[in-house]
Amino acid sequence: MNRAFFIWGRSIHPVRLLATMQRMSEISPATEQASASSKRLPGDLAIWFFIMAELVAFAVFFSAYAFTRAKHVEMFNLYQQTLDRDLGALNTLLLITGSWFIVLAVQAAHRNDQKAISRNILLGFLCGGGFLAVKVIEYSAKFGAGISMSTNTFYMFYISLTFFHFMHVILGMVILAVLWLQSRKGVYGSHDAHGLESGAAYWHMVDLLWIILFPLVYVMR
Amino acid sequence: MQYKSQAVAKPYFIAAIGLFVGQILFGLILGLQYVLGDFLFPAIPFNVARMVHTNLLIVWLLFGFMGGAYFMIPEESETELFSPKLALAMFWIFLVAGALTIVGYLTVPYATLAAMTGNNLIETMGREFLEQPLPTKLGIVVVALAFLFNLTMTMLKGKKTAISMVLMIGLWGLAVFFLFSFYNPVNVVLDKFFWWWTVHLWVEGVWELILGSFLAFVLIKTTGVDREVIEKWLYVIVTLTLISGIIGTGHHYFWIGTPEYWQWWGSIFSALEPIPFFGMTVFAFNMVNRRRREHPNKAAVLWALGTGVMAFLGAGVWGFLHTLAPVNYYTHGSQITAAHGHMAFYGAYAMVNLMMISYAMPILRGRAANSNKSQVLEMWSFWLMTIAMVFITLFLTAAGILQVWLQRVSDTPLPFMVTQDKISLFYWMREWAGVAFLIGLILYIVSFFVGGEEEKAK
Repeated sequence: MNRAFFIWGRSIHPVRLLATMQRMSEISPATEQASASSKRLPGDLAIWFFIMAELVAFAVFFSAYAFTRAKHVEMFNLYQQTLDRDLGALNTLLLITGSWFIVLAVQAAHRNDQKAISRNILLGFLCGGGFLAVKVIEYSAKFGAGISMSTNTFYMFYISLTFFHFMHVILGMVILAVLWLQSRKGVYGSHDAHGLESGAAYWHMVDLLWIILFPLVYVMR
Repeated sequence: MQYKSQAVAKPYFIAAIGLFVGQILFGLILGLQYVLGDFLFPAIPFNVARMVHTNLLIVWLLFGFMGGAYFMIPEESETELFSPKLALAMFWIFLVAGALTIVGYLTVPYATLAAMTGNNLIETMGREFLEQPLPTKLGIVVVALAFLFNLTMTMLKGKKTAISMVLMIGLWGLAVFFLFSFYNPVNVVLDKFFWWWTVHLWVEGVWELILGSFLAFVLIKTTGVDREVIEKWLYVIVTLTLISGIIGTGHHYFWIGTPEYWQWWGSIFSALEPIPFFGMTVFAFNMVNRRRREHPNKAAVLWALGTGVMAFLGAGVWGFLHTLAPVNYYTHGSQITAAHGHMAFYGAYAMVNLMMISYAMPILRGRAANSNKSQVLEMWSFWLMTIAMVFITLFLTAAGILQVWLQRVSDTPLPFMVTQDKISLFYWMREWAGVAFLIGLILYIVSFFVGGEEEKAK
């Protein structure tokens, strides 16, 4: 049997990277080490893999936008002025406030304030709902004017990027809804904030993406 | 074997391997026809050989998936299969329908076959990979529904694990997306658009779920790593697969008459498709490195590691090579596509089936693993087939780069057939690599008949 083991054993060794991956993937309940180490990863490692993949997807999209804009600066500047920057700013405010509420919810969990956990998650959720409502108003104005992804390259990017982000806000809200239901059952507290932190990390990502998207597409000339 | 009814997997596995041999033989015929155009003409023309080669691939993979699912679901659900008789009946129906279809392809001109089998009722034939006559297509639907019914009922009466849920979503998705093979609009753009809903959403969507859950199942069994850890990885991989794969369909919509934004959507999302495959590779190696037991079936573990690496290279890297619209503008439909297709299908789906067969067959034959002698032979077959496939891919890639250059990029582009003549050296080398692959496959089969002292579970 040794010989057989040798054959496939050899094939693994060159992959040095895996040692690192292995250390990264020690999946442990975060809360026990919460107070012990300030360097611990909040939330589950799996959600961070997922967040990294999402960020890569957006990064590719953002780069594509930037390179294409560099080739058609005048056209992009012209149509950028048709976007509603006030509504965009309002949405930025809504998402940042939403993220703030979720931070409060996590803090409340660590001091076992059950009521404050649920309340803050709900407020964060409502901010997300506000974002969607504002976005629908913005979209209906654009689509009402007959603008579509085939109108020109700028609008293709504007609709693609904002809609892709829009879907992420919806997913984030679904996650918040689950967290809210769980928090009502008293699942989260200083003994276990793992799930809450994972969901919070995702919600902050949605916020972060908008903070890049808004200046990039609406403001920067 | 923990549950008696898992035994229904055995005929499925045997049929899968039998059809696999057929696929490779037709592959060799096709490879020769690339360089000796009239080889076996008019008995087996190129278009027929190609159809048989690709259809056998799909059918043997389906047999493998079904066998794997029949083996895995009872064990995961911790209960006997709902109806082993139904499973066996479906096996024979599927096998006979499949065999008749191939006989039909080989004996009757395709147009006559279409007329004979009622293609005028619903026109579904004549499209690549979905060439099957109407009765075969209907047969596939019936078999798939009975199969899904059987497994779903088994799961409902037993335990529902994350791994079996992912498998069932994959299998239901497989059946649902096959229904688009019945939709054949006159508008050629729409035709192609929805044709990909079967073809792409199978191999770059729901099949990946089947692959992921089979891999997770075998890794749990062979490494003894906690189910919780393996399931978490599986969830991440599944999510990444769906995010990149579904909108990644757009990389087929670049030049078929769809709006221009597909060039962006398709390029961006399909560029992310290597990520879940990379995740699978890291997952497999990571779990094996952290193993808590030494499973006697080393060959199955080798296949599990191999499928991760080769799927990443074939589907991930070779897919990425030509997935961006500006690159694909030149490489579309060239030998680059063939290179990618070969390694991706082998790495992802052939190897995962071979892994499942390698793990399950000894158990179905009443032992934890085959003898050391038999496993060493099987590992030889692994390396022979895998290295042969690497060379097939490299030769086709070389052929593809030359083809694109001579025929499309150059200032004085050459006609298609002239280009084909100029790259024939690579076709010859590909054919020899194909012969090596066949030898590897024969060794794989032989390894099941090699005796020696049986390995006990440790």
